[in-house]
Amino acid sequence: MLAFAIRRLFEALMVMLAVALIAFALFRYVGDPVNQMVGQDATLADRAELRRHLGLDDPVIVQFGRFVSHAVRFDFGISYQLKQSVTGMIAERFPATFELALAAALFAVVFGIPMGVYTGIYRDSWLSKVFLTVSLIGISLPTFLIGILLIYLFAVKLGWFSSFGRGEVITVGFWRTGLLTISGLKALVLPAITLGLFQMTLITRLVRAEMLEVLRTDYIKFARARGLSDRAINFGHALRNTLVPVITIIGLQLGLIIAFAIITESVFQWPGMGLMFIQAVQNADIPVMAAYLLLVAFLFVLINLIVDLVYVRIDPRIRIYSKGTG
Amino acid sequence: MILRLLVVTFAVLCGIGASDGPTKTLRFAAQGGLNSLDPYALNETFSQGTLANVMEGLIKRDENLKIVPGLAERWEQLDAKHWRFHLRRGVRFHDGAPFTADDVVFSAERARGPNSQIRGRIPADAQVVKVDDYTVDFILTAPNPILNYEWETWLIFSKSWAEANGAVHVQPASATALNPSALKANGTGPFMIASHEPGTRTVFKRNPNWWGKTQHNLSDVVLQAIPADATRVAALLSGDLDLIDPVPVQDVERIRQSEIADALVKPELRTMFLNMDSFRDELLYSNVKGKNPFKDARVRKALYQAIDIETIKTKIMRGMSQPTPLMISPLLFPLAGEFHRWPYDVTSARHLMAEAGYADGFELGMDCPNDRYVNDEEICQAVAAMLSRIGVRVKLNVMPKAKYFEKIGPKRYDSSFNLLGWTPSSLESYGVLTNTVRCRDAEGRGGTFNFGGYCNPHIDALLNSILVEDDMAKRNELIAEAFRLLHHDVGTIPLHQQSLAWGVSRKINVLQRADNQVRFEKIWMQ
Repeated sequence: MLAFAIRRLFEALMVMLAVALIAFALFRYVGDPVNQMVGQDATLADRAELRRHLGLDDPVIVQFGRFVSHAVRFDFGISYQLKQSVTGMIAERFPATFELALAAALFAVVFGIPMGVYTGIYRDSWLSKVFLTVSLIGISLPTFLIGILLIYLFAVKLGWFSSFGRGEVITVGFWRTGLLTISGLKALVLPAITLGLFQMTLITRLVRAEMLEVLRTDYIKFARARGLSDRAINFGHALRNTLVPVITIIGLQLGLIIAFAIITESVFQWPGMGLMFIQAVQNADIPVMAAYLLLVAFLFVLINLIVDLVYVRIDPRIRIYSKGTG
Repeated sequence: MILRLLVVTFAVLCGIGASDGPTKTLRFAAQGGLNSLDPYALNETFSQGTLANVMEGLIKRDENLKIVPGLAERWEQLDAKHWRFHLRRGVRFHDGAPFTADDVVFSAERARGPNSQIRGRIPADAQVVKVDDYTVDFILTAPNPILNYEWETWLIFSKSWAEANGAVHVQPASATALNPSALKANGTGPFMIASHEPGTRTVFKRNPNWWGKTQHNLSDVVLQAIPADATRVAALLSGDLDLIDPVPVQDVERIRQSEIADALVKPELRTMFLNMDSFRDELLYSNVKGKNPFKDARVRKALYQAIDIETIKTKIMRGMSQPTPLMISPLLFPLAGEFHRWPYDVTSARHLMAEAGYADGFELGMDCPNDRYVNDEEICQAVAAMLSRIGVRVKLNVMPKAKYFEKIGPKRYDSSFNLLGWTPSSLESYGVLTNTVRCRDAEGRGGTFNFGGYCNPHIDALLNSILVEDDMAKRNELIAEAFRLLHHDVGTIPLHQQSLAWGVSRKINVLQRADNQVRFEKIWMQ
């Protein structure tokens, strides 16, 4: 187990190094950060001086080396635009993204699993058809469109929820949370639904397919023959056996939700890391982009690791298999 | 822990009703937020204009951009090179320190000191001399009739505050951390900074001790950055915001139909124009080899006349643009009336092309930004389609502004045909012409932002006389002559002044300035 974790950590390190290197190779094409830092009348000499000062004239490999040597000390430099430490900015923005991602994942699970189970059991009921139609919409509409539609309907027309931002936040230690105020919770609803809708439909369809599969198996038939209640069969036996792939997907999707909250965050102006990243791209703010990409790579590796470990706990077959070989 | 959370929650919920007096909070959203609060650190209209609510200059401009007294009550020119400013008495900074001549002298040094981005506001060789506590002299080495034109945004610092807060010099743009002073501001203006999160959110509160006559009834202003257009508009329409800047042109009608909000539209100062590379001996991105068609004024004029500016106005700008023959807004040039655009005329454009030897046209690469100006990409697409009628086959290369300015900008000037907008920061013509029309070399010495490299020595000679001409009438005549030369030689193709559009709640009254600066001091809220 320990060897497994250590090997994974080493792999994680390699992945992150590779991501950083590719990112740096690409930064040459994002445009000129200096133009975004000075006014339209700044002289050529001033611009050149600034470039030199930022080290932008150095070869890519030198810039990369400098970045890595600082990054191992968790120093990701200073944002060109905001003049703040990137580490600090990420620490400040992370809670917003994390709360949004968590709410979205919760929404997806809480609605997705029951809908999946229901449509799996009552395949032909009209409610199942409604669920499946909704899930079709969730899969086929792009996120930004769903966001704009929700804003238009629930903020502009009905006025139930706020159209942007995070509402009032309260600082608990280093964590700024929007979960403890009414306006914060109200502000969370629309973006969480927007972000979670795709995941919800994915879970619904996955659970449904798995349920259909499992309900056909022999042990379910035996369970019925034994006269167990429907409830015990559906939830105690069938659902539990569908959970392994569902957990994998939820885990991987959580990484996706955090990494790609960018669109939802920019539609709702949610002050999280995605919004920070998109603004950094527009202004060619290289330190912010580099740190964000690295963080996302790290999250993916971490989540993969956790999913692997959870597997081992849930499914005894994997444990036996890994013992046999490793 | 949980108990503490509950207490905090309770306090926050109760806090809403606990303030004294009627609070009128203006909720204002723009595309970006304020970064540094040091107005000398970035020469950009939005930052400067917003900070002008907190700090003030020696002059101000009214809603028609006419110069009116600010921190200087009055001023006179003792002779062509000697200006005297009489300062307003009894003005105090937010920290209580009195405003005196020392602050003006200090601010002049700071503005011209290291790392300042606003050096152009005051001539480098001018002497700034304190005569007494309320009189300051500016002694110049050459006449300069527009000395104070840009001084509304030369915001005056308190000397004592700057010294106490380590803000004597501007932070370099490459600084590794924002100076604590860059997160605070101490001015004489009608509003004070209550809190500031760089790039995100800034809260202003009323300065009860302001010297001027209060024409607003706001207690606070909350400025937030909302870069996404659709979100900004939706937030206004749902009543979450009171003022948004800008409104995308396609949303103006929708906002006007709303019961709670309205759109204010006015021609902006920025002029959009096209640059043609007449610098290189061989045109890049073209099938014409060994020569450059744009060196021939007939070809430049043909392109000009092939562009149907009225269609661009009605179809792309939805009526919200002002076609222009000039490189400057007519608001800022008194003799603008005598100029008219070359007429849209495809037949004579084809004729001109044939005369110049390009009857079959040629291929032309065009560069265009897609996130910088109002409908920039759409304008370029329309121009490309229009030029195909005279045989100019445009290959359009659209990119985000960060890439765009790197490609077409100084040093590289890697472009044959491009779209640019220029706001006259000095609010007069010389600044525009010297930056965008004056001859330059391949490195960018001279007219650095002349992205087409057009060069006309007669215009340069006129510019040199404009710079030192002290008589306003003569000066304007020289400027008109430069514009006439430019127009007849078609050095650039001016298109239009785009409109600025603000979305405002029907609860507020606000005066819209053509330079797109928002002054909270003139906002009345019901």
